[in-house]
Amino acid sequence: MSNLVKIENGIAAVASDDWTLVQLPATQVEERKQAGKVVLFKLTGENVVTEEQIANTVIPTSGKIIVPLSVFIERNNEFANRIAKGEVGIWLATHELLEYLIQQLPDLNTLPIIAVFVERFADGRIFSLGTLLRTRYDYKNELRAFGDVLRDQLFFLKRSGFTSFVIRQDRSAQDAIASLNDFSKPYQGAVDNPQPVFKRYNRGV
Amino acid sequence: MYKYDEIDQQIVDERVVQYRDQVRRYLAKELTEEEFRPLRLQNGLYIQRHAPMLRIAVPYGMLSSKQLRKLGDIAKKYDKGYGHFSTRQNLQLNWPKLEETPDILAELATVEMHAIQTSGNCIRNITTDQFVGVAPDEVIDPRAMAEIIRQWSTFHPEFALLPRKFKIAVSGTKQDRAIVQAHDVGLEFYRDANNQVAVKVWVGGGLGRTPILGSVVREHLDWQHALTYCEAIIRVYNLHGRRDNMYKARIKILVKALGINEFRNQVEAEWTHLKDGANTITEAELARVAKHFEAMPYENLPANNASFDAAIASNPAFAAWVKRCVHPHKQSGYRAVTLSLKPHGQAPGDITSEQMWAVADLADEFSFGELRSSHEQNLILADVKLSDLLPLWEKARANGLATPNIGLLTDIICCPGGDFCSLANAKSIPIAKAIQNKFDDLDYLHDIGDIELNISGCMNACGHHHVGHIGILGVDKDGSEWYQVTIGGKQGNDASIGSVIGPSFSAEEMPGVVQKLIEVYIKERTPEERFIDTVRRIGVVPFKAHVYAKDEVVA
Repeated sequence: MSNLVKIENGIAAVASDDWTLVQLPATQVEERKQAGKVVLFKLTGENVVTEEQIANTVIPTSGKIIVPLSVFIERNNEFANRIAKGEVGIWLATHELLEYLIQQLPDLNTLPIIAVFVERFADGRIFSLGTLLRTRYDYKNELRAFGDVLRDQLFFLKRSGFTSFVIRQDRSAQDAIASLNDFSKPYQGAVDNPQPVFKRYNRGV
Repeated sequence: MYKYDEIDQQIVDERVVQYRDQVRRYLAKELTEEEFRPLRLQNGLYIQRHAPMLRIAVPYGMLSSKQLRKLGDIAKKYDKGYGHFSTRQNLQLNWPKLEETPDILAELATVEMHAIQTSGNCIRNITTDQFVGVAPDEVIDPRAMAEIIRQWSTFHPEFALLPRKFKIAVSGTKQDRAIVQAHDVGLEFYRDANNQVAVKVWVGGGLGRTPILGSVVREHLDWQHALTYCEAIIRVYNLHGRRDNMYKARIKILVKALGINEFRNQVEAEWTHLKDGANTITEAELARVAKHFEAMPYENLPANNASFDAAIASNPAFAAWVKRCVHPHKQSGYRAVTLSLKPHGQAPGDITSEQMWAVADLADEFSFGELRSSHEQNLILADVKLSDLLPLWEKARANGLATPNIGLLTDIICCPGGDFCSLANAKSIPIAKAIQNKFDDLDYLHDIGDIELNISGCMNACGHHHVGHIGILGVDKDGSEWYQVTIGGKQGNDASIGSVIGPSFSAEEMPGVVQKLIEVYIKERTPEERFIDTVRRIGVVPFKAHVYAKDEVVA
């Protein structure tokens, strides 16, 4: 069953998902520790995808696909005609640099969907990535969050420009919708509402 | 002070609803411990040794008598009848029940208060000088900007989950009293060569386990750009700050790793996109908020008052209190007053419900119904007439709020420590009490003069021990509690980080160690010197030699 929440024309609802997410094949990951504790977050800009993973990624031959950014860059010629038909989107993880994407694809709006994978819900880099995609790179199409996506982060994701959310499988997507509207009149300007409250309302003198 | 309009009120009301549902889901096991943790922290709720601790926001230290009265009611109804003012000017309750915290927030919302972002990896309470608006050396009253920053940082979506906590201080005085150099971002407001309000922006300061004073990232910023410039700084930090190791996750580590020049280049590059954007502050918005901070309706009074002078001459106890607890005011005939929350033998910063109610009454009677909390963990009545000082003193004294020790050795800054805090390595409050009891002779205290003693129960440094003239840090050695001593730390424009004098001490040794440090000072000082000046002049060595001379301590 789909656990996808989509905002369309300002209305959020559970929706069916016609995209297939292409995953990188699993790899032997060395356990990294700092001060005796397992490292939970990857560093921004850290390259953790191997050439072998990219080469071994299985790409479905038909249908709409969201491919990993590294695969999109390295194997671009394999699906150039599918890109032209609007059947290819990309996904990146929160530690990946947007600069790589922009170098490859100066006009992001040729992509119907960009998805950001958040490995741990506490990783707030996803909010800056969404904000930059919308405000710096003028990306207009579907922006999706997936991974450890939970309802208590949805309000911030929405404000950072995300329009669809794959809620973690063990949680109710239907319940999560309510949290998109936790606050009615946020103070600061952000992607979904660029004007700060003092420019949206007359707060008197 | 700032009064909520419907928009502000709606936000805190909606927060209560949101938080109540989060607690409900946690208790119903729909949220795991790990998932609930950042949610409760961003509402100031810690799980402590004995019970949860709830930290209530006091934005830039400003309180109304009505709010303080409500805090007293809440401490009585939901806690053990007392609260604790922290070094970030907030109020902490040490014994609330988790199930009742939504009700506490609902009560707070009725007096325009909340606990939003008082903990967690987000932008925390904005702090400033407790004499803001009344200090004679003030150039700019930064409260309107502090309020504008508070609103902007409240639920800022992009910065909701930063690598680590993020603290901003603002200051508008020649003599910095807000320790702007010890904050993630310090905003120092001043008038530039064209007499326009400008901001000097400090970044990357902080105490904690790696104490570093901030660097200037920008010497001159027009005030209109304060928010967008902060956005540029925090965006660079959010994207590139370390998240793999919480001890290296503060912005100071990023600034050190990149170097201030490269960090500045990245911030400036980011800011070219944000400058003049929608979050640029308008004249109209500044004027709207500033209206809440206009001067009080002062009477025109002469600079002197005969009855006050007579009381000083005839009443030594009153005179001693005036000397330590009464501060100059920009308005003729007025003074600011510190109510000491440091009576000897009590936990620094603690205040009972009865005292909160009493202070609220004093604020109503003598100071336009407003008061402030200070990062030194005292309360301030900012606008008291000279002629009212004597009756104020009498009433404050009757409530245990007039210990004449402000700025003296027993005005100790102290975190809750191992008695309450689950992060602490060692207890801090019993050390403070033992030192206060050792130095209970007021004449001796006055002779020692201006000195700051700061105690933290662990390297998170909530007691700001690095910037204490004498700093005491609780450390854990093989499961037992020890105390490391630093001297020569200082807050202010010429801030410095203290130097460790040597191997650490047991709790029992600590009052004696402080005694020996003071002995060296008394022996070496020139007539004009404060403790810190002597340390700076003669260095650590003579102090170290005397402290470790006999009773050699094995570390």
